[in-house]
Amino acid sequence: MKPFAYHQPDQIPDAAKLLTSIEDSKLVAGGMTLIPTLKQRLASPAALVDLSKLGSLKGITDDEATITIGAMTPHAVVAASKLVQTKIPGLAALASMIGDPAVRSRGTIGGSVANNDPAADYPAGVLGLGATIVTSKREIAADKFFLGLFETALELGEIITAIRFPVPVKAGYAKFKAPASRYALVGVFVAQFADGVRVAVTGAGPGVFRVPPMEAALSGHFDPPAIAAIKIDTDGLTSDIHAEADYRAHLVTVMAKRAVEAALS
Amino acid sequence: MGNVIGIGAAPKRKEDQRFLTGRGNYVSDIKRPGMAAGVFVRSPHGHALLRGIDKSAALASPGAIAVLTGDDVADDGLGSLPCGWGITDAKGVPMKEPPFPMLAQDKVRFVGDMVAFVIAETPEQANAAADLLKIDYEVLPSVVGVLEAVRPDAPQLFDDVPNNICCDWELGDKAAVETAFKKAAHVARLSLVNNRLIGNPMEPRAAIAEYEPGTDRYTLWTTSQFPHVVRFLMGALVLNIPQHKLRVVAPDVGGGFGVKQFHYGEEAVITWAAKRVRRPVKWVASRSEGYVSDRHGRDHVTEAELALDETGKFLAFRVNTLANMGGYLSTFGPNIPTNLYGPLLGGVYTTPAIYCNVKVVFTNTVPVDAYRGAGRPEATFVLERIVDVAASEMGIDRVEIRRRNMIPKEAYPYQTPVLVQYDSGDPMGCLDGALVAADVKNFGVRKAASARKGKFRGLGYSTYVEACGLAPSRFAGRLGARGGLYESATVRVHPTGQVTVMIGTHNHGQGHETTFAQIVSDKLGVAFENVDIVFGDTDRVQFGMGTYGSRSLVVGGAALSKATDKVIVKGKKIAAHLLEASEADIQFEAGKFSVAGTDRIKTFEEIAGAAYVPHNYPLEVLEPGLEEQAYYDPVNFTYPGGCHIAEVEVDPETGTVTLVNYTAVDDVGTVINPMIVEGQLHGGIVQGVGQALFENAVYDEGSGQLLSGSLMDYCMPRADHLPMMKVATHSTLCTHTPMGVKGCGEVGTIGSPAAVINAVVDALSHLGVTHVDMPATPNRIWRLLQNASLPVAAE
Repeated sequence: MKPFAYHQPDQIPDAAKLLTSIEDSKLVAGGMTLIPTLKQRLASPAALVDLSKLGSLKGITDDEATITIGAMTPHAVVAASKLVQTKIPGLAALASMIGDPAVRSRGTIGGSVANNDPAADYPAGVLGLGATIVTSKREIAADKFFLGLFETALELGEIITAIRFPVPVKAGYAKFKAPASRYALVGVFVAQFADGVRVAVTGAGPGVFRVPPMEAALSGHFDPPAIAAIKIDTDGLTSDIHAEADYRAHLVTVMAKRAVEAALS
Repeated sequence: MGNVIGIGAAPKRKEDQRFLTGRGNYVSDIKRPGMAAGVFVRSPHGHALLRGIDKSAALASPGAIAVLTGDDVADDGLGSLPCGWGITDAKGVPMKEPPFPMLAQDKVRFVGDMVAFVIAETPEQANAAADLLKIDYEVLPSVVGVLEAVRPDAPQLFDDVPNNICCDWELGDKAAVETAFKKAAHVARLSLVNNRLIGNPMEPRAAIAEYEPGTDRYTLWTTSQFPHVVRFLMGALVLNIPQHKLRVVAPDVGGGFGVKQFHYGEEAVITWAAKRVRRPVKWVASRSEGYVSDRHGRDHVTEAELALDETGKFLAFRVNTLANMGGYLSTFGPNIPTNLYGPLLGGVYTTPAIYCNVKVVFTNTVPVDAYRGAGRPEATFVLERIVDVAASEMGIDRVEIRRRNMIPKEAYPYQTPVLVQYDSGDPMGCLDGALVAADVKNFGVRKAASARKGKFRGLGYSTYVEACGLAPSRFAGRLGARGGLYESATVRVHPTGQVTVMIGTHNHGQGHETTFAQIVSDKLGVAFENVDIVFGDTDRVQFGMGTYGSRSLVVGGAALSKATDKVIVKGKKIAAHLLEASEADIQFEAGKFSVAGTDRIKTFEEIAGAAYVPHNYPLEVLEPGLEEQAYYDPVNFTYPGGCHIAEVEVDPETGTVTLVNYTAVDDVGTVINPMIVEGQLHGGIVQGVGQALFENAVYDEGSGQLLSGSLMDYCMPRADHLPMMKVATHSTLCTHTPMGVKGCGEVGTIGSPAAVINAVVDALSHLGVTHVDMPATPNRIWRLLQNASLPVAAE
């Protein structure tokens, strides 16, 4: 690890100001991606701006038609939340499948969404539920937030403060874990709303994406056979030593069916 | 006063007191006064010419103390890293043995090859200085696979090693095998890959070296399974340090599995550097560094053929293997795929003729050497797979074909056609026990239940034998060993009757401090808590060859047993004097010396006291003191074995294989501590399951980059991958070891890969699948099912 300055502001504007005023500064939330990167000397920011003192970013609130989860809320808290388990059980299930117990205790929803790892779980839940990303500056719809490999709509100095999830009729998540990393080799989040179904896929490509043919089919019949024959184009999907693109494409269909099963169970 | 806890008891492990309370003493825990930090700069290229290194910016970096390179090694006239085995080809021509410089000179041959050692005041400063080193590489094409490496147009690692072949080794009667194949009613054929593995001990490698100018002595603390061997190889053959001027300490070591049983260049560099900079120097590898520098294991490509008569009797077995050695010869490298492989191809069967050819091949990869099992899992996998293939092709039940060919219990000792003679064993008994324990008779019910869930269930057998207790020195010498393979122990009885044992094996997870104390407690009748085991320090322990090859109990325990016997012999002489009786009339039992047929006794403590306060003592004929030493060189290998039965469930939709049941019934000879044996079997089985289902070291052909270079991409087995295992022993006693022990450290790793893969193939056999290479990952299984173009997962 190379030396860096360390700041721990207790106000969001102060954090934003540090980010814009110090060149090459980085936010650290749970640090589950950043700290290993620093330890491997793959990144050497001049300063870290730690969000852990910002108490207003923690916690889960019930807004009837929506649930709002503070950006600094750890995965384990979301997984164990009675509110989330009751209103969006698929999201609680997703949080319970991230990493391992240590990662779930430290890692945060805001950090995961801001990092937008192509194999992270939360982007599938956020996009699948059509959530709203609330930042220090504005509100961004999930459909406009995830821009590709580790790319998001966040601007310099913009800090995610919360994610607001609409409560669906039903939702489910199915994840095929990469054997070693336990990131999603393919993860599919399916959410049924009164006005339609959303299907979001993580792990299969360079970034989270929706599957309109599955959404249409499930809007007609919300059951696994409705999408069993829908094949995903392998173009643009990831191939690596764990899975080639055609296998990932196949898994999207299998995991989508299982996500629907989970939503129905 | 505590109690005697003897052979066969299962006390909790003594060493766990310090391990479980965070009071272990590992190399990275050690701090020396004035200690500097070192980092190794490693090649980022698989194959490149080293044009030059500019040290100036690195040396000017804050805190930098020194930068050492291959030129400095050459200037100091230091030796090459030695190989401990010299094998020969069929014509008796010695293997090609190119030098293995401790820091690369002129050329780098794998990603991770060491190019420079940078020393600074702190690890951060050493890393910062290392970043400023300017190294001029001329990148060459790499070759990483054995099939590619032996092609005529392949990149050549060494100018004088044509086709990258280190040795074209063979074993067995080629002509007899050819004759038998001509008479065969059926020939089964199998091509397979034995996947490359990375050991991943919990503790990464580390070393500290210190030089004392006042005494001209060096001390090296290192994460080693065999400190005395490091002292010899490094002192005598690399750095020219006299043995009495070099102390090597291997304190608590967090797992080895073979990875730490080699003399590594890092050890030599840091010891040499400590004198050059007149400072203690410490290096601790990162996990990532371990991936590209810890010696790898396995990596074979094999063609095998089994000839059978019309009844399924094995007539002959022929095996041709290409074995990957990596970029250089490591300490045991060429021995593993040859001497520890070919002689195991007889298995538990009466196959009369066997021929094995192994081409040992250099590639641009990390050197390959012993990893738990070392050669024997590879042999077992080939044999136990092809037995299943033959059974399937001939329509004979897999258990039945094994029974028809098994060596019956009464046929032991049994001479195989491939050098080794098994002293004892009962493979049929292990098989029968395992069939019951695994509830094989109800497998059909379980298979049907799986089918109702849309899953394919399979059962796999591995009836195997291994050679361990390495090794009889004379035999090993004939095969090319350049050292002995005995072990030594000293039993020091203190004046108060407590005992300290100095032994040359090394405990890095095996529980020696417990099992060896049980042996002493049992034999001398002293309390278990009054026996301490000392190991891992060349200044405290007389000599030793270390721990590997399931040898610690078999060879080290035998030396300990012999030394303990000598203590009893001397104790009887002292007792005879004190009790005014003839030595022949003295009996020793349960810690008491007595005159036969009388109630006159002396306790062990009284005898120990008399030995050190020799007022009433036969000084004319007997030396004072009570301390005895023994060296033991085994007369044969030991041959543990058994039957493993794996049961898997395959999800055809995703290709996922789940191990649902695992049963092992093993013959490990006398069991000293059944809890520890069970733990060794569990751990060994898990490592074998890891090879079968998860682990794979993958290199990129051309660039030589390791693609599975971290725990994010190299899948280690985890608790939730495994069912509760049923393990049991069905022991016959070894006829030539003092206590009848056979060893158990490697059996799990040797027996399990074939059992698991045989189960996977069984699960998929109705779809026409006849072989699955390891690891049987979901992606691989799914693709097999696609290629079988079968109506799965398409509902």
